[in-house]
Amino acid sequence: MRLRQFGLVVCRMSFLALLLMMATVTTACDLGESVNLTGLGASLPAPLYQNWAVGLNQLHPHIRVNYQSQGSGAGIENFIRGNVDFAASDLAMRDEEMAQVPQGVLLLPMTAGSIVLAYHLPGVPEGLKLSREVYVGILSGQIRRWNDPHIVALNPGINLPDQGITVVHRADGSGTTAVLTRHLSAISPQWQENFGEGTTIQWPTTGNFVGAKGNEGVTARIQQIPGAIGYVEYSYARSNQLATAALENKAGNYVMATPESGAATLAAVALPENLRAFISDPEGKDAYPLVTYTWQLQYQHQPDARKAVALEMWIEYGLNAGQKVAAALGYIPLPQAVRKRIAQVADTLSDQYTITLQDD
Amino acid sequence: MQVPDCRARSLLERWSDRLLVHTTMGLAGLTGLLLVWMVLVIAWQALPAMQQFGWRFLTSGGWQPVPGREHFGILPMLYGTLVSSLLALLVALPLGLGTAIFLSEDFLPLPLRTVMAFLVEVLAAIPSVVYGLWGMWVLIPLLQPLLGWLHRHWGWMPLFGTEPVGPGILPAALVLAVMILPILTLMAKDALAALPPELRQASLALGATRWWTVMRVLIPAAQSGIVGGVLLALGRALGETMAVTMLIGNANQFHWSLLAPANTIASLLANQFPEARGMQLSALMYAALVLLLLTLVVNLLAEVIINQLQATYQAGGKP
Repeated sequence: MRLRQFGLVVCRMSFLALLLMMATVTTACDLGESVNLTGLGASLPAPLYQNWAVGLNQLHPHIRVNYQSQGSGAGIENFIRGNVDFAASDLAMRDEEMAQVPQGVLLLPMTAGSIVLAYHLPGVPEGLKLSREVYVGILSGQIRRWNDPHIVALNPGINLPDQGITVVHRADGSGTTAVLTRHLSAISPQWQENFGEGTTIQWPTTGNFVGAKGNEGVTARIQQIPGAIGYVEYSYARSNQLATAALENKAGNYVMATPESGAATLAAVALPENLRAFISDPEGKDAYPLVTYTWQLQYQHQPDARKAVALEMWIEYGLNAGQKVAAALGYIPLPQAVRKRIAQVADTLSDQYTITLQDD
Repeated sequence: MQVPDCRARSLLERWSDRLLVHTTMGLAGLTGLLLVWMVLVIAWQALPAMQQFGWRFLTSGGWQPVPGREHFGILPMLYGTLVSSLLALLVALPLGLGTAIFLSEDFLPLPLRTVMAFLVEVLAAIPSVVYGLWGMWVLIPLLQPLLGWLHRHWGWMPLFGTEPVGPGILPAALVLAVMILPILTLMAKDALAALPPELRQASLALGATRWWTVMRVLIPAAQSGIVGGVLLALGRALGETMAVTMLIGNANQFHWSLLAPANTIASLLANQFPEARGMQLSALMYAALVLLLLTLVVNLLAEVIINQLQATYQAGGKP
């Protein structure tokens, strides 16, 4: 009896070993052709890029893209050091940073996102109107109560509670903070003088200010604190059903963040030759004021020819199927003209492959 | 009776002894070297910030890494670190000491006490992010009415001078108190349990009440162990990062108020490191050095106090 069981076990084990061997052989075959691309950087487009990586792998099983969301600064740093195949950043590289990359840099604005001011006020509907003075006032700690006459005057018919305003901001360095503070600096000389712009700033010391880590941390804080207002990427506000404010744009209209108003903003921005545009205060009557492109950083002269081809396929996927996913995930699809220009620029990566845009 | 063989130790035995001495010496040296190396690296990287900001780093507030107008000062974070840790200790000490006395006396049968001691130990095994989440979603909403009451009635005191918004020093300190409770309790319990039974018997034989025995005989006798536990717990509270960063509000502004959002050095470091460059990185290293020195001072203090208490107790002086 014992012996028979033993025999069975041995039999099973050898079968398993055979399976394992077969598995190794097949992976070994795959490895022969497969290309692994490593990317790293901004957290804002991370959900989108990870989605693209899966989609591309289904289309071309030999290409595996691994994107790690570690922040824009980390993306640029690793790109300069040459640790990655590509990087991503919400802030386009500065000239002195680009000069440090001997292989040359391509900046590709692969997608764009809106940043919203989301608030937690039970009984107050979505779309509270905030003028430029008011939202600068709130974020600089000068307007400290929700029933402040300035806010009430903009929102007749809405019953604003007598409650303190708690501003929730990012505690970690972040491209989102940089985009917000760049806009605030552009529209308010006072903000520019007192706080400036950057991935981390010194927030006001008057009023209630609370820091949280990451878009998800800020989202959780807003949900938790009654009377809170904070800034997050649009897709976070949407998936958590946060109420968002309608912001006054340059033309004086109050605009909510939607894919359409974001597209209007992008349409109003002319991209220069190097595809680097800082949107600080967009024109256009329907443009949402807080929009940013987010860039993929590519080496102009990719030393590995096979990787260059794979990278072109990765960009091609992002420009075609990727743009449809972008809208579904809360990002802003690229305007046609921008798509075409990115395709042109990215086509220089490798002469063995040509990027074709699918038009539909 | 058989006398064991008397012979010289063999070469192998002497060699193995020497090997033991050298290996352990090497390992101990390596541990020490590791600490020295870490301190040196941190100090080296902190040097630019130390040169630029000097002592003002400790006495001023503000964390402004915007290029061109950089200013770094950690007074608010220093205050947040010290106050949240001391407050946590203040809450945890009576709780922990009471539990320790209860567990070391025979008020309950031993199996039950073992179960209770185990439960205290389990508190130490909970990951700090779980404490953070618990604090964020359970404790803070629960505390909100109490904090509001404190502000309404005691708001004239600077300590309760701001309207509570949720996250702040007080909620962070309360969660810290729970986190340091196990170290404090278990160290105090072990110190009490290690006392010779004669002490208790003699005290009771002299007609002392249980209260008197515990308060005037057992606790003074075990005080070096208890104080050791307290200071270890303080060290843990000073360095705790995850739970605190989720609860304290990460606001780099100075308020005396315990209800206001604040920040600690550890939490600042955790938040700012990934995106820091240049002078900001150096300033973070400087802050890390300050935290390191702070914990070092606490540990040295622990040594000194324990030695002194032992000396007074053994000399029969008044505790």
